Amino acid sequence: MKEKMVLYFPPTVTEQPFIYYLIKDFNLLVNILKADINPRMEGRLVVEIGGEKADFAAGLDFLQGRGVKAFPLEQEIIWVEERCTQCGACTVICPAGALHLDRVTMQISFSGDKCVVCEHCIKACPSRAMEARF
Amino acid sequence: MVKKTIEEINAKIKAGKAVVVTAEELIPMVKEQGVAETAQNVDVVTTGTFGPMCSSGAFFNLGHPKPRIKMAKVLLNGVEAYTGVAAVDVYLGATQIPETDPANKNFPGEFNYGGGHVLEDLVKGKEVLLEATAYGTDCYPRKKLEKMIRLDELPQAILFNPRNAYQNYNVAVNLSDRTLYTYMGILKPNLGNANYSSAGQLSPLFNDPYYRVTGPGTKIFLGGGVGFVSWNGTQHNPGAPRDAHGVPTAPAGTLAVIGDLKQMSPRWLRGVSFLGYGVSLMVGLGVPIPVIDEDMIRCAAVSDSEIFAPVVDYSESYPQGLGEVLTTVSYAELRSGEINVNGKKVPAAPLSSYYGARQIAQILKEWIMDGKFLLTAPAFNIPLAGGISDYQGLVFSDSDPARGCHNA
Ligand code: SF4
Ligand code: SF4
Repeated sequence: MKEKMVLYFPPTVTEQPFIYYLIKDFNLLVNILKADINPRMEGRLVVEIGGEKADFAAGLDFLQGRGVKAFPLEQEIIWVEERCTQCGACTVICPAGALHLDRVTMQISFSGDKCVVCEHCIKACPSRAMEARF
Repeated sequence: MVKKTIEEINAKIKAGKAVVVTAEELIPMVKEQGVAETAQNVDVVTTGTFGPMCSSGAFFNLGHPKPRIKMAKVLLNGVEAYTGVAAVDVYLGATQIPETDPANKNFPGEFNYGGGHVLEDLVKGKEVLLEATAYGTDCYPRKKLEKMIRLDELPQAILFNPRNAYQNYNVAVNLSDRTLYTYMGILKPNLGNANYSSAGQLSPLFNDPYYRVTGPGTKIFLGGGVGFVSWNGTQHNPGAPRDAHGVPTAPAGTLAVIGDLKQMSPRWLRGVSFLGYGVSLMVGLGVPIPVIDEDMIRCAAVSDSEIFAPVVDYSESYPQGLGEVLTTVSYAELRSGEINVNGKKVPAAPLSSYYGARQIAQILKEWIMDGKFLLTAPAFNIPLAGGISDYQGLVFSDSDPARGCHNA
């Protein structure tokens, strides 16, 4: 099985090599999609974990036992239409063609199914009309 | 030759008989009926623009507490307002960021909140935290004030934007190999995209290129309410190069505008954030153009394929002030979503909302057709090229012949 997960690390554990243990002791494949540590030294990793079902469950138990919170990734990008000014600035930023400007009506539309959740639009939208939700 | 005075047009508006069209609707009409017949039939052409306009802000009279205060430093939701005017008068600029904002220390800064957002919050009716400090005088003894304020409680709030409605603007591109974060948005390396910011054929000053009917005293749509042109704007550059039709091919005229903030709507005043650059305010603005003669129709019928903008490199030419133009492209090409620069196809994106501009022209048209909005003539004309300034002398001349929009 293969699943995208979000892992939250409290400040006390951010320096421990969890990923190494997951690979070595639980025989899992771990692909890091996104990593950041906030100013309070809490870490957040978005990973794709693959392996046998039993190993997967054991790996998650191990993480949770060490204070790491693990959730399945259900992030999606939301277009908040009432904040959107229909400017069109996002259309050259989105790499997936999920934000489209109709050249006749000059209105923007958002196709969630095309979105690859790269998050580029979130900071590029001047009106902050694009939001990430989990 | 058709000639109409503003009084005649206003009489028609009051009688509910005025024919009003948007600058976009006018284009096919002139193609079908010709200039003379359209000038006969149409009384007013409405324009609109809705884009980020950094040179914007508002004067507030914050009202005197008891005891009184002469405010020396004022923060509105943490954003500083200028206090170098009378005791409780302040000016809040759209691009001001909070002192606590890390700005570009962590490049590119996000600039999530600033002056433009405070203005939007106020017109939304939200409460805003006012923090004022003072040194104290015999007449103004108070030294500190902290309270929540709402726009409707303030004695006065006047939007006054020293430079709006730019007549044409640069198309920004990036020739370097790193991403640029500018007031023209994010510019990807190696001509990755081209950003522009004008409503083109709908934009006010493209439809009155010689400022014949747009000047101090012209009543306009401003931020969803009614405002006035108060002067030419800062950086007003009527001497910019023009094509054979008189349409500037580089940034040219600008307008200073004023209006009652309390009438305005958060739909048409929007705080915006430019990654790595700062904050600004999107302003909705629309100017009605009275059809005083055939020339006015000829000017207002200009279409996106006849308006050209300079493409400028924002990695070198713009920041260094070199003034180099890579090429010029029409607004029709820009609006198609792709332009050609140095033989390369470059995706183009607007920062100014054409959809919003179209709505503003439509709203203004409805106001006029409903008889709610009468037109005013400018008290005098703002300067044309050659430094001719109608406000230099005591006598304001009538519109001079140089302002004609002759079909070359
Ligand atoms: S950049 Fe933001 S405001 Fe502009 S069209 Fe895209 S989503 Fe809407
Ligand atoms: S998250 Fe990325 S792919 Fe999705 S809409 Fe935004 S820019 Fe496009």
